[in-house]
Amino acid sequence: MFELTYLWAAVIALGVVVYVILDGFDLGIGIIFFFQPRIRHRDVMMSSIAPMWDGNETWMILGGAGLLAAFPKAYALLLSTLYIPILLMLLALVFRGVAFEFRFKTNRHRLAWGVAFSVGSTIAAFCQGAILGTVVHGIPVVDGEYVGGSFGWLTPFSVFTGLAVMTGYVMLGATWLIMKTVGDLQAWSYRVAKRVLPLWLLMIAGVSVWTALSAEPIAERWFSLPNFYFLSQVPMITTAIAGFTWWNLYHSNQRAPFYLTIGLFVLSFAGLIISIWPYIVPRVLTFEQAASAPSSQLFSFIGVAIFLPFVIGYTIISYRVFRGKVDQADAYH
Amino acid sequence: MDFDPILLSRLQFAFTISFHILFPTLTIGLASYLAVLEGLWLKTGRGEFKHHYHFWAKIFALSFGMGVVSGIVLSYEFGTNFSHFSEAAGNVVGPLMTYEVLTAFFMEAGFLGVMLFGWQRVGPKLHFFSTLMVALGTMASAFWILSANSWMHTPQGAELIDGVFYPVSWWEIVFNPSFPYRLAHMLLASMLTTAFFVAAVSAWYLLRDRERGFAKLSLKMAVLTAALAAPVQILVGDMHGLNVLEHQPMKVAAMEGRWETMEGAPLLLFAIPDQEAQTNHFEVGIPKMASLILKHELDAEVLGLKEVAPEDQPRMSIVFWSFRVMVGIGTLMLLLSWLAVWKLRGGRLYQSRWLLTALSWSAPAGFIATLAGWYVAEVGRQPWLVNGLYRTAEGASNLPAADILWSLISFVVVYSIIFAAFLYYLLLVIRRGPEVHDDEEPVLRPEGPAHPAFMPVEDD
Repeated sequence: MFELTYLWAAVIALGVVVYVILDGFDLGIGIIFFFQPRIRHRDVMMSSIAPMWDGNETWMILGGAGLLAAFPKAYALLLSTLYIPILLMLLALVFRGVAFEFRFKTNRHRLAWGVAFSVGSTIAAFCQGAILGTVVHGIPVVDGEYVGGSFGWLTPFSVFTGLAVMTGYVMLGATWLIMKTVGDLQAWSYRVAKRVLPLWLLMIAGVSVWTALSAEPIAERWFSLPNFYFLSQVPMITTAIAGFTWWNLYHSNQRAPFYLTIGLFVLSFAGLIISIWPYIVPRVLTFEQAASAPSSQLFSFIGVAIFLPFVIGYTIISYRVFRGKVDQADAYH
Repeated sequence: MDFDPILLSRLQFAFTISFHILFPTLTIGLASYLAVLEGLWLKTGRGEFKHHYHFWAKIFALSFGMGVVSGIVLSYEFGTNFSHFSEAAGNVVGPLMTYEVLTAFFMEAGFLGVMLFGWQRVGPKLHFFSTLMVALGTMASAFWILSANSWMHTPQGAELIDGVFYPVSWWEIVFNPSFPYRLAHMLLASMLTTAFFVAAVSAWYLLRDRERGFAKLSLKMAVLTAALAAPVQILVGDMHGLNVLEHQPMKVAAMEGRWETMEGAPLLLFAIPDQEAQTNHFEVGIPKMASLILKHELDAEVLGLKEVAPEDQPRMSIVFWSFRVMVGIGTLMLLLSWLAVWKLRGGRLYQSRWLLTALSWSAPAGFIATLAGWYVAEVGRQPWLVNGLYRTAEGASNLPAADILWSLISFVVVYSIIFAAFLYYLLLVIRRGPEVHDDEEPVLRPEGPAHPAFMPVEDD
């Protein structure tokens, strides 16, 4: 059932990209949390995501469970290979998550839980980027078993992708705050976004070039003819959207920067898929090789087809319930 | 030092899942309790129900957050620490977990925001709907994860070919023989745990002569729930036990501390099982009772653990003693809740200091019983991961022991910190009582201190 395998590849891709976007702005806000000097503004930053962070994080569980259901070989290989960064990320997410409940309970420990939130978000974001970098770069596997050692994931490339993902998340977080806040905090968020955007674009370019140079097949995918004519659209559209984001930031538009940043993420992700396709674990397992039994893919896909539209529906409704600016009080302080 | 990586992975999984299950046990029960409270409020218009809702919702939110962060860890630990099992059984358990995410996790998370922060942003009907969806989500989660777990105890509907399970019938997989009993047993455990937790908090207020109107109502609801659920739980537990006897007789042998197959087997009240010598020390038992309970016949034959080779036996001492802890607490819960209901007549319960003291100490009872019950089930399944077909040792990842030792220590440290914090804030919320709100509410919690109209009207 090759069609189902590809449908499942699309579901996993959707899960990952939605997770990266939704939890991306949560984690981004965590990363810049202590760069904002005023406690009152920090409260607003955290409150702006308090009703959604849990739903956002659920997309990561969908990715994990979906991977186990549809591509168990990839799930087993990737997770045991990336043991240290994955567990580090999970532990960081534990601190990030409990901070939402604990931080507002007392004034006495407010700083400590702020640190838990911020450091947790930062480590989780870095680990996600490093995991991505390790996977793209290729995992050394002999006879189905990983041979790279405990710290094989920690390479210059994965550190660079870790930093790149962190920077991207900051961009998402800052543009989310532009959309959700007013006054001082909004002005500060504009400044953050303006400073970070050029840095992030350089990093996207850096990761792209480094990826293309890292493996012959990837370079060939992009630069051989006629692929080049079609695929060169990706960096060109990315450049155009980046310029448009810049323009919107300088014209103080409130919503466009966030949506355009999402666009940049989607395009970067598309570029990534183009680089690694048809592999789910580059140069080790293709989607077809990692696929679960047809009956497992079918049974779980029926669940996706029935329930995912509802999930998307009530997620949108929930975001609409909390639409608008977070703290009107901010305006008359 | 030499550590066994398989043992370390098992310890880490046991630790992280034991920690996790404490929170769903409370939130499954509390979510339904909140739905009942909000339903009563909408139906009767009596503000005290909404007042109760706000207080218990704070405790629900604290516990739910803990459940979420510790649950995510588990969904990845199958792959990190039991990668061979994931490869072997991903075909079967993966889809069940995917259904759990789709029908439970998203629903809980999607409606939780509205439930906790949405009072001023949606109407009462939509808010009630959100609470119902969260409650339904907690049960859907129990449904799927218990289905997957039960399949590991009583596998059917799949073929094992070259070390990989291939599904044949999804109906048989989902509704495997032990699943209905285990789902009912767990949901009732949640209700009982929550009822005793609520009763304990309420009794604590009454003992301190605080929040009398509030505490009397919640104590009454809690002990009535417990008095109804406790006997049903004992009945379901017995039916579950007979199901285990049919499918996992060695687990029952371990629960009962029986090494030899015998006719007219005694029910052991006390024993110190010795796995190496394959015998018990200091046995105290009631003659023929085990045969009577299990087979409803005084002289019926029941199997002993020595039916299987030592390497195929579960660790008897853990199973034996966990079982006794669970049954002991269950019996106390029945006695305590019936006594409390008896004393409800004429309101004598609210004056009975010793009974209130006993109730106030019973807050951890349900959690301990639930953990003990899970140890009976899971340790009793060993050495199998999928009963009779796939060994635990086969399922573990090939990881360096040092990596797992590192992560295990990290989990112990991190979970200790957040558990201490959780208890601190839980007790803080309880000490402050239903009238006081957090020091500074997050901006999105516009619901201020309780509106005077919502204060309980009647008092002593």
